[in-house]
Amino acid sequence: MSAAGRSAAARRPAAASGAALAAGTARAAGPDPLITEVQPWASEFGDPVDAAPYGMPIRFEDHVVRRNVEWLTESPVSSINFTPIHALEGTITPAGCAFERHHSGAIELSKSDYRLMITGLVDRPLVFTYEDLTRFPRQSRVAFLECAANGGMEWGGAQLEGCQFTQGMIHNMEYVGVPLSALLAEAGVKPEGKWIYFEGADASSNGRSIPLEKAMDDVLIAFYANGEALRKEHGYPVRAVVPGWEGNLWVKWLRRISVYDQAVEGREETSKYTDLMPDGRARKWTWVMDAKSVITSPSPQAPIYHGRGPLVITGLAWSGNGRISRVDVSLDGGKNWQEAEIEGTPQPKALTRFRLPIQWDGSEMILQSRAMDETGYVQPTKDALREIRGLNNVYHNNGIQTWWVRASGEVENVEVG
Amino acid sequence: GPAAAEPLGLGRPALPEEIAAWDMTVLPDGTGLPEGSGDVWTGDEVFAEACAMCHGDFAEGLDNWPVLAGGAGSLQDRRPVKTIGSYWPYLSTVWDYVHRSMPFGMAQTLSADDVYAISAFLLYSNGIVEDDFVLSKENFAGIVMPNAEGFYPDDRPGIEYPKFRTEPCMADCAESAEITKRAVKLNVTPEDPDGRPAGTLPDLHLTAAGTEPP
Repeated sequence: MSAAGRSAAARRPAAASGAALAAGTARAAGPDPLITEVQPWASEFGDPVDAAPYGMPIRFEDHVVRRNVEWLTESPVSSINFTPIHALEGTITPAGCAFERHHSGAIELSKSDYRLMITGLVDRPLVFTYEDLTRFPRQSRVAFLECAANGGMEWGGAQLEGCQFTQGMIHNMEYVGVPLSALLAEAGVKPEGKWIYFEGADASSNGRSIPLEKAMDDVLIAFYANGEALRKEHGYPVRAVVPGWEGNLWVKWLRRISVYDQAVEGREETSKYTDLMPDGRARKWTWVMDAKSVITSPSPQAPIYHGRGPLVITGLAWSGNGRISRVDVSLDGGKNWQEAEIEGTPQPKALTRFRLPIQWDGSEMILQSRAMDETGYVQPTKDALREIRGLNNVYHNNGIQTWWVRASGEVENVEVG
Repeated sequence: GPAAAEPLGLGRPALPEEIAAWDMTVLPDGTGLPEGSGDVWTGDEVFAEACAMCHGDFAEGLDNWPVLAGGAGSLQDRRPVKTIGSYWPYLSTVWDYVHRSMPFGMAQTLSADDVYAISAFLLYSNGIVEDDFVLSKENFAGIVMPNAEGFYPDDRPGIEYPKFRTEPCMADCAESAEITKRAVKLNVTPEDPDGRPAGTLPDLHLTAAGTEPP
């Protein structure tokens, strides 16, 4: 079929194509030429091993890419794009399509130009090269990085169409690096040092303060993600990994760690990443990302093309307060719930995959997922959050997402009430 | 614990010049400020040259660029206008952020006196000081921003967690499932050529093997 022909066909309602294959055991009308005729790939050569020293996904997957929404920000170098979570499975995010958030663009910083300074209330202010960092004992851990603003556009209502856009400011990688506590031990934190300040090498600097307790607990200064060096856009060659806490704190291209007796109250923790409440005051230091989930399929970008019968409902759950203990799924907008299957053993502060296989009878559904974490916290509805916080929080929207599955198999982002 | 780890002897002492070059941070009490000063009118001139093309002659913001002045008393409005004057708690943050990260695309090109002058102009633009005001390292800590008391540390553990840490309803819950809002009504999501949301999975029934991908 020509590209033009495909495009025209694609405009047909999904049901038109899905209906023909509605029954899972449909009898073939005749022999399938893909089976009965020898195909070129079963006869000729494929690519040689030297075709792609570092490969990219096959072209048929070219919809599985980061996307941005131009109107969200005034400049594409202080902006956001979105991970295609609607098309991914499991829990590890491929780095090449893992979302980006920069405040002055993605800078290029070589390992040989890289320097890390530790200053402030320490016994020995130090400078490290990249090579120095590789000589510390290492740790690894898997963690989600969720932008504080993930879902922020949805505080006021259903706005964007697809979980890539409404929940896709997130990625989940396996990091390897040095515990921050080991670097601080090298410099020696003075007793009056209570706060750690991170700053990046980029023009925005993205300076953030975190309390010493967190720094000593599980913060990693990472140089590998998913087995390889960090991508440029994710902080090459060194970034902070701050498990469970809002993505803005995961300072990229990390150049300075300073110890203070008070919080710096930099721009990214006063003007930004503070959460306005109904009385006109604002929460600050809302570091932890609370328990959250989303059904990634079906979803607006993952409609049901296959008609009625077996259907896999699948999604992601995560919590900055520990492990996911349970995920419930509702097919009727929250009136009734059933427990989903959780893949493997959930890791703390990491993405967790859930699935619920159902038999779809072809009628409308109002899908929701509800995460619970090991502290007993149950993911709230958007209305429950708004009742406390109003509409102008901007950040930390972990409200339950609703998808309206139409009889056609198409899926919409909606709110119910 | 890891805090007790013995130093390995890696790294080398940071030199005073290196610390001075990178540790430019100004704390809320003014710690970290360099010597210098600047007045409102000098700030107006520097602002006109380096800042007004995005932020406007009066710091009111052009197009969609950030508004730096105004919005006083709007924090409980339906659409609050959060500016330096209406929202920011500390003047130190203005000084620190402008000095290190502005102008956008040409950061770290302003002298300490420039930044004192711009800060004085931004205070004036927000109605916080008179037009003859001179800001310096000496009087800096005396400036109290209008919204200095407008913030409090995260209280979710006290306010939200007890409310949400309850056994949830599983069956015959009293939820209303009437659809009240639909994103399609806004129609502001990037689209594929066929009008679906950008990145929609291809319909495999329409993609015969070996044909062009979408």
